[in-house]
Amino acid sequence: MPINYYIFLSLALFAIGMIGVLTRRNAIIIFMCVELMLNAVNLLLVAFSKMHYLSAGSPFSTAGTDGQLFVFFIMVVAAAEVSVGLAIIVMMYRNIHSVDVNFLNRLKH
Amino acid sequence: MSVTQILFWFLSILALFGAIMVVVSRNPVHSVLWLIMTFFAISGHYIVLNAQFLAVVNIIVYAGAIMVLFLFVIMLMNLNKTAAPKRNRWLKLAGGIAGGCLMLVLVAALRDSELKGQFAQVNTGDIGLIKSLGKELFTTYVIPFELSSILFLSAMVGAVVLGKKD
Repeated sequence: MPINYYIFLSLALFAIGMIGVLTRRNAIIIFMCVELMLNAVNLLLVAFSKMHYLSAGSPFSTAGTDGQLFVFFIMVVAAAEVSVGLAIIVMMYRNIHSVDVNFLNRLKH
Repeated sequence: MSVTQILFWFLSILALFGAIMVVVSRNPVHSVLWLIMTFFAISGHYIVLNAQFLAVVNIIVYAGAIMVLFLFVIMLMNLNKTAAPKRNRWLKLAGGIAGGCLMLVLVAALRDSELKGQFAQVNTGDIGLIKSLGKELFTTYVIPFELSSILFLSAMVGAVVLGKKD
């Protein structure tokens, strides 16, 4: 497939995630939109790694392996981030009985 | 139109539709389910690109672990009682316009890039298989791999400390 298609697909997914972060006020949905943006970047990294492998020519080259390992590490970091972030959201729900980010604009009480 | 192209367009439409439904659906549980569908579509893209290890890891980690965590948190919170206090339509419109402008700028910047004639290899290629990735992961990237275990340990401690009832 032409690499342009993957670029535009990832851009569309990233922009949808961005719109979700900007428009929704539920903290959990904002968090899910951040995950969506991370996945758009992952998809683009995998497509670029396959492009790099194809342009290297030889079928025995390991060009492009780095990109896929970066995707693996992004997934690892995302898993750690989600566990801490959801703990923070649960904490916030326990304190103000809501997950609306508009109630968090004071950083006090 | 070959089978690969049909699969590409089908999975792309599925991913974009799921992503839009994540943003627009009212019920957070529906959002989680649509996001799981989007992740499955992205895993299908990985399989089309012959990155089989990442496809399986994506399903296990994202659709399996992370989204179940989201679902548990949403169900524990019982969000249905909290009705939306007031909705600011202009703020939503401004957010949509800002996101659309971001996409417009990026598309315009990347439309005529030098990547235009390049192709991503589909269906074939061995770099996405677990043999080559594992060899690279445990030789060149062994230190980041071990560091990620420390990251997980600290994340676990942080989650327990934050979630503790004091």
